Amino acid sequence: MKFSENWLRTFVNPPLGTDELADAITFAGIEVEEIEPAAPAFEQVVVGEVVSVEKHPDAERLSVCQVNVGVAPLTIVCGAPNVAAGMKVPTALVGAKLPGIEIKAAKVRGVESHGMLCSQKELGLSDEAAGLMVLPDDSPVGMSVRELLDLDDHVLTTKPTPNRGDCLSILGMSREVAAITSAPANAPRIKAIVADMDDTLSVTLDAPDACPRYCGRLVKGVDSTSPTPRWMRSRLERSGIRSISAVVDITNFVMLELGQPLHAFDALKLEGGIRVRYAAQDEKLELLNGRTAELGPDYLVIADDKKAVALAGIMGGAQTAVDDHTRDIFLESAYFAPEVIAGKSRLLGFGSDSSFRFERGVDFGETPRALERATQLVLEICGGDAGPLTEARAALPERKPVTLRLERAERVLGIALEARDVEDILRRLGFSVKSHEDVFVVTPPSYRFDIAIEEDLIEEVARIHGYDNIPAAAPVARATMLRAPETTRTRAALRSAIAQRDYTEVVTYSFIDSRWEADFCGNTHPVALANPIASQMSAMRSSLIPGLVDSVAFNVRHKQSRVRVFEIGRCFRKAGDDYAQPVRIGGAAYGEALPEQWGVASRRVDFYDVKGDLEALFAPREPRFEAAEHPALHPGKSAQLIVGTQTVGWIGELHPRWQQKYYLPLAPVLFEIEYDALAAGVVPAYREIPKFPPVRRDVAALFDEQVPFQAVLEALKAQASPLVTDVRLFDVYRGKDLEKGKKSLAFSVLLQDTRKTLTDAEVDSAVTQLRDVLRQRFDAKLR
Amino acid sequence: MQDVDTLVNEALEIFGGIDDADALEQVKARYLGKAGALTQLSKTLGKLDPAERPAMGSRINAAKEKLEDALRQRRETIQAGKLEARLKEEALDVTLPGRGPGVGAVHPVTRTLERVETLFHSLGFEVADGPEIETDYYNFTALNQPENHPARSMHDTFYLADGRHLLRTHTSPIQIRYMEQHRPPIKIIAPGRVYRVDSDATHSPMFHQVEGLWIDEHVTFADLKGVVSEFLKRFFEREDLKVRFRPSFFPFTEPSAEVDMSFGERWLEIGGCGMVHPTVLKNVNIDPERCQGFAFGMGLDRLTMLRYGVNDLRLFFENDLRFLRQFT
Repeated sequence: MKFSENWLRTFVNPPLGTDELADAITFAGIEVEEIEPAAPAFEQVVVGEVVSVEKHPDAERLSVCQVNVGVAPLTIVCGAPNVAAGMKVPTALVGAKLPGIEIKAAKVRGVESHGMLCSQKELGLSDEAAGLMVLPDDSPVGMSVRELLDLDDHVLTTKPTPNRGDCLSILGMSREVAAITSAPANAPRIKAIVADMDDTLSVTLDAPDACPRYCGRLVKGVDSTSPTPRWMRSRLERSGIRSISAVVDITNFVMLELGQPLHAFDALKLEGGIRVRYAAQDEKLELLNGRTAELGPDYLVIADDKKAVALAGIMGGAQTAVDDHTRDIFLESAYFAPEVIAGKSRLLGFGSDSSFRFERGVDFGETPRALERATQLVLEICGGDAGPLTEARAALPERKPVTLRLERAERVLGIALEARDVEDILRRLGFSVKSHEDVFVVTPPSYRFDIAIEEDLIEEVARIHGYDNIPAAAPVARATMLRAPETTRTRAALRSAIAQRDYTEVVTYSFIDSRWEADFCGNTHPVALANPIASQMSAMRSSLIPGLVDSVAFNVRHKQSRVRVFEIGRCFRKAGDDYAQPVRIGGAAYGEALPEQWGVASRRVDFYDVKGDLEALFAPREPRFEAAEHPALHPGKSAQLIVGTQTVGWIGELHPRWQQKYYLPLAPVLFEIEYDALAAGVVPAYREIPKFPPVRRDVAALFDEQVPFQAVLEALKAQASPLVTDVRLFDVYRGKDLEKGKKSLAFSVLLQDTRKTLTDAEVDSAVTQLRDVLRQRFDAKLR
Repeated sequence: MQDVDTLVNEALEIFGGIDDADALEQVKARYLGKAGALTQLSKTLGKLDPAERPAMGSRINAAKEKLEDALRQRRETIQAGKLEARLKEEALDVTLPGRGPGVGAVHPVTRTLERVETLFHSLGFEVADGPEIETDYYNFTALNQPENHPARSMHDTFYLADGRHLLRTHTSPIQIRYMEQHRPPIKIIAPGRVYRVDSDATHSPMFHQVEGLWIDEHVTFADLKGVVSEFLKRFFEREDLKVRFRPSFFPFTEPSAEVDMSFGERWLEIGGCGMVHPTVLKNVNIDPERCQGFAFGMGLDRLTMLRYGVNDLRLFFENDLRFLRQFT
């Protein structure tokens, strides 16, 4: 809420400067977000009365004016088109300092000028001006314009938290300031209006839970073209509310002053009495903002005998609005329950100052008082005859007493408190307090909607006591050791292991273009957002691959020739009524295998480089890689990773189709692994170190190109004698000297016996067994 | 017959002029070999007067020893010289760059997260995790934010097209899920991605938060102030860091506070915190009369920006290697 500091000070005026006052408010829980001066600094600008205007002898557009500022008349040359004899204008005297200029006596085209007649722009009061600023006729000549316009003021912008709807008015803020500073509150007295006539409208409450209190009054014969007084306009403006007409301005003014939203109907447009009821299904109402709301039985409306005339607590209807021809008005001051208003502005797509207050809670104890105040202002400003106040009333919300135990407050806050101080704080806040042996029974006032449990009171005590007066303590707790399971690698350790293999971590968005889901995941029904921020961020990713490809493309566009990135994050897919949200680790390697360096031949990264990275990350576990197809990957250069019987991830080169579509000069190699699979650790189990030396034998054979290495290795391992401790591939050869479609695989075989040195016969027999496997199972030609 | 001393002197001079190990052995033969001069001389001993024999014998032995010593020394000198020459020849330009793969980097926000985790780990906090697609119950209702509560407008929520789920707007749902599964004492931090419908120079629709939760029998607001203040001092490694707590409102804590900090000039908002609201505890079947505690939340992105002087939030999500590699 924005409001004038001076206005607040008419209600409560603690001996604090502007900044100190703002700090005091902020540190009691209502943040003052901004303090702005009401007007820029200027001085020696007074009310001047233009006595005469003559044409400048040498300049067509200039006038020579005689201006009365209270002493001898001043001759001032003026270029404004609207200057006229008799008008009152802000007059900058010689020596005056305006924003950006200092006024000096000077000759203007040969005529001495002793000052300047000012526009709003020249005083810094607005960004533009068509001509001189015209002051009211009754402005006293010679008076400082700052004083006249109350410009020595500040506009404070507060951000009351959602629980403090009571602080959305000058009255509410003044109560708060009085409680914080103990300064006396002088809210102006409001007197009941004596009716000039007997005319009333009947008021019926059809929904007494939603609207248990409704006050209304007819005022007839008002002059709705009466100008709004400058003081009222300036206060509205400082609260950011534009002046519309006197009647509307008065309702807004009282809302700012007392926190009670009001509405004024054109009484002649109402047909019959007032009825507060729920809207009928599909009932429509054209509102003041030009929109037509389509209502239903959730919406509370104010209706006359024929139709809905206002959306209760939110906005008036267009059909019954006051305008320049309005003679008779019906003023409304009502209480609408927060739960009836809450959420409606989201459904409608707009809210209002009124709904903002009602959904937070408006003081139901002061409903008639606001009406009296508004009536008084209408009679003063627009004239007319007031009818008696009509009030319809049902059961109002109760304020139940809440118990506060001193001991509990101390336990929560961690400090010792004096019962006396606690009681004093509660009373200053306007609560009624009964105390007995350090237990307080506290009844909150009708304007507080946020006091229902003991913690609410503890918070009140804490904030008025001052958070600064609660020391920061080093906590004392039972010391227990945390778990450190060795079978799970920490995320930090895993991240560091990946980074050590030259991958840089990226963070890509969890919501992506649905086309990426289709291209890279073959998913044409992605998990979709209802309200995405942009269409290319509308689908929840089911894979990290699209984001990684995008990161590669981004960096390639920025002239990076070698890109290696990884990401750890959740992916999303529908799983019955719910969603599966596994955490995955994905990576991409693009460009050279190694950073450009001397002494190493440059070569592009390939499938096996990245496979090596994965094998290192999985070590000591050894996942199996099986050829398989993935929508994102080259079908001949992609594989699934299998641990046990579970597929835990993918590796492969980007499909050439996507490489072209996403403008990548080269194809990155990508991988994506289930986080849990990679994070699983192994607790080492000791095995005895063999005392006898191992024997190595090499076995090489020619195979058909189609025979996968893994199949050969697994067959060898499965058939090997127990003396064989390891079989490793040490060479793959394809050459002109080999038959076409053939490759040579060379294996080293390690043999060992833990109890004795092997004999040649034992070794030969074991190796022959392996050679037979190659021959028989794979039709391999031994070399 | 040459005099023994002359022989020795002559040999020593010759040995000293030889730089080659093989040549040295050949010269050695000339004196100490089977036909060597000293060997020959000792063969003549028998012809000497028995009275002179012992003296001459010991003179010859002393001469042999002298020559053997000289030879050993010369050998060592030759070897040392050879080694030195080899070392010189083999010397590298050690200033040439090393070879091998490069080193990557963790994301700056992750770097911050890991430091946060380390600091809270030292106080006995465990890390908890949870889903990012959430239900209304875990994101709002369980946290004392019933439907239509004005506090909900503090969060601009992404909803899923199914109309029943949303993207979590804070990591607080993790706290609820954790409290459903564990009994006090509870000491966790809950980091992760969160989402709000907001995008401009200072807001990203996806960002990172870390929240902390400590529930036990006597965890107080004073403890909250202590833990949060100490954390900020340790995180920024500034003992002179100033921290202040401003009363505020969150539906899930009471009393609640905004946390501001200052390196000496401006105050910067850094997070929110408070004592966990009794309704929240009741929602997870913890008796608020017996147990109490605090929760706090901070933006990891903001902590990272302040720690490393990063001035644009968007850099964290652009994934420009020129930026990310600064955090190697």
